[in-house]
Amino acid sequence: MDIKDIIKPENQVYKKTDLMTENALSYCPGCGHGTAHRLTMEVVEELGIKEDTIGVAPVGCSVLAYDFMNVDMQQAAHGRAPALATGISRTWPDKYVFTYQGDGDLAAIGTAETIHACNRGENIVIIFINNGIYGMTGGQMAPTTLPGMRSSTSPYGRDVRSMGSPIKITELISNLPGVYFVSRQAVHTPKHVRKAKKAIKQAFENVKLKKGLSFVEIVSNCNSGWKMTPNDANKWLEENMLDFYQLGDIKIDGQLVQK
Amino acid sequence: MAELKLMKGNEAIAEAAIRAGVDAYFGYPITPQSEVIEYLMSEQPEHRTGMVVLQAESEVAAINMVYGAAGTGKKVMTSSSSPGISLKQEGISYLAGAELPAVILNVVRGGPGLGTIQPSQADYFQSVKGGGHGDYRLYVLAPASVQEMADFVDDAFEMAFKYKTPVLILSDGLIGQMMEKVLLKDQKARLTDKELQERHGDWATFGRVGGRERNIITSLDLQSEKMENRVHRLMAKYKRMEEEDLRFEKIKCDDADYLIVAYGSSARIAQKTVDLARAKGHKVGLLRPITLFPYPKKELMEMTKQVKGILSVELNMGQMVEDIRLAVEHKVPVEHFGRTGGIIHTPEEILKALEEKIIKG
Ligand SMILES: Cc1ncc(C[n+]2csc(CCOP(=O)(O)OP(=O)(O)O)c2C)c(N)n1
Ligand code: SF4
Repeated sequence: MDIKDIIKPENQVYKKTDLMTENALSYCPGCGHGTAHRLTMEVVEELGIKEDTIGVAPVGCSVLAYDFMNVDMQQAAHGRAPALATGISRTWPDKYVFTYQGDGDLAAIGTAETIHACNRGENIVIIFINNGIYGMTGGQMAPTTLPGMRSSTSPYGRDVRSMGSPIKITELISNLPGVYFVSRQAVHTPKHVRKAKKAIKQAFENVKLKKGLSFVEIVSNCNSGWKMTPNDANKWLEENMLDFYQLGDIKIDGQLVQK
Repeated sequence: MAELKLMKGNEAIAEAAIRAGVDAYFGYPITPQSEVIEYLMSEQPEHRTGMVVLQAESEVAAINMVYGAAGTGKKVMTSSSSPGISLKQEGISYLAGAELPAVILNVVRGGPGLGTIQPSQADYFQSVKGGGHGDYRLYVLAPASVQEMADFVDDAFEMAFKYKTPVLILSDGLIGQMMEKVLLKDQKARLTDKELQERHGDWATFGRVGGRERNIITSLDLQSEKMENRVHRLMAKYKRMEEEDLRFEKIKCDDADYLIVAYGSSARIAQKTVDLARAKGHKVGLLRPITLFPYPKKELMEMTKQVKGILSVELNMGQMVEDIRLAVEHKVPVEHFGRTGGIIHTPEEILKALEEKIIKG
């Protein structure tokens, strides 16, 4: 078979969702952002809600998410995406409004916006990409950087006594009554990708119920910022990040999952 | 139904917002303008018109809620006072960059810092020169009465949507807190979703209704040429504002030998000075800019053919006076008189300053 046969519709085993644009992704090869984008858009397509979906892009590597996600999108100031989503969702209560944010965006500069949108129980979805570093600005320390982990602003490793410990913002917000669903997932293996998609789908389905905020953390990589090959980054993620940021559902139907 | 009422400026603007068919208000309390959100909360406009009112966790959040809702084509506003307006500047810059319509009220108090809760006009520079980062301006309306507080809601939204730009209503603690008679307009209907989709479907982000192409709200242009184009587009709007929507009022200027320029509460007080001066035989007129951006530069230049000097009266240490000097290009002397820190000048003080600095014996 040559390439022409392979791309015939009857031979296709997988098709990119139309809700991802044809624009070439601006992400480093191997970066988890692309996968998380695709999962989000597949969910929107499968639920048939593209006419009612509005996304909010952050400041961070995914600032250009609106170039790739083929739905109505707004670009927020650094950390403010949950406030934008609040403004949209409050004035269009029947729409599916989501934010897509990195860890610096969501858990440092935007901490107040995150916690209060959660606490008000805004009827939105937050997709939180935790790669333990500031990717876009060149690999500085993030609020989520692990103890001892090197970054360009913690070149000798994160010293928790002077730089603080990594913040588990996902556990923090899961305790708020306004939050209805919380799950932490990853996208570095096919198995994890499938689980992550399930969680994202659950989050978007929850919007219909109007029972509060749904929050999905994706523990992701930043091979460029971590200064590793994509494979090594995924291995490092598995061996280091997942110990600290344990995967699984944290809150379902408004109830904390007992471990 | 139109109604005549005795109201505080802050309450009047809140009531006018409901009647103007505003879709949402997001704010955070700060003196001297907390009555705006208090009035809205007590009126429960969600039952009257469906208007959303939400107390945000900060001014930063409030202005970004405004951005989100404005980006969907809704009529949205926020209000604050000086320290809170400083916090909003990031969001205001983003609104200007993304070309979104929104109305922001600043009921100015004295500064810098936490300053005082008393009235001031010390935020003039911040209001008319941009305020946040980047190459942009706001359309700035300066009410001088409780009636104008109410009337300017409609005017501000008209400009905000005409130019797709944030509009600032620059008031102060005096106008916000004082009570006057105000004629409130009839209730306007809010746009239905369908009307909004028809009117703003070519840019607003309410979802790809009918399968249309996606809309994007952003202020980001990574390519310098594109960014320069964006800024040029903004500048073209500002030029058009000057040509089509400049507003000012002239009081007793026809035979004036001397001119006072003042806006907002200073203009109210200076109006009395004009009468006091005329009683003493000085022919004094008052030019009141109603828009502070665009500014009545040409009109001021025209006035230099007639008057011998200009006094800028402001509740600050001299801010608008710089714009007057730029406008009149040293054709006549221009001086400043102002009190600050929350102290309000008296008509007599202004007259004394006028005599000493401009009329000079
Ligand atoms: C107000 C403001 N401060 C700082 C920046 C610079 N900045 C851009 S992205 C970023 C960090 C983003 O990191 P993260 O949210 O973790 O996303 P990632 O790039 O890792 O996906 C910073 C500090 C900015 N754009 N705006
Ligand atoms: S810098 Fe890191 S987060 Fe950004 S695209 Fe590259 S790998 Fe991904």
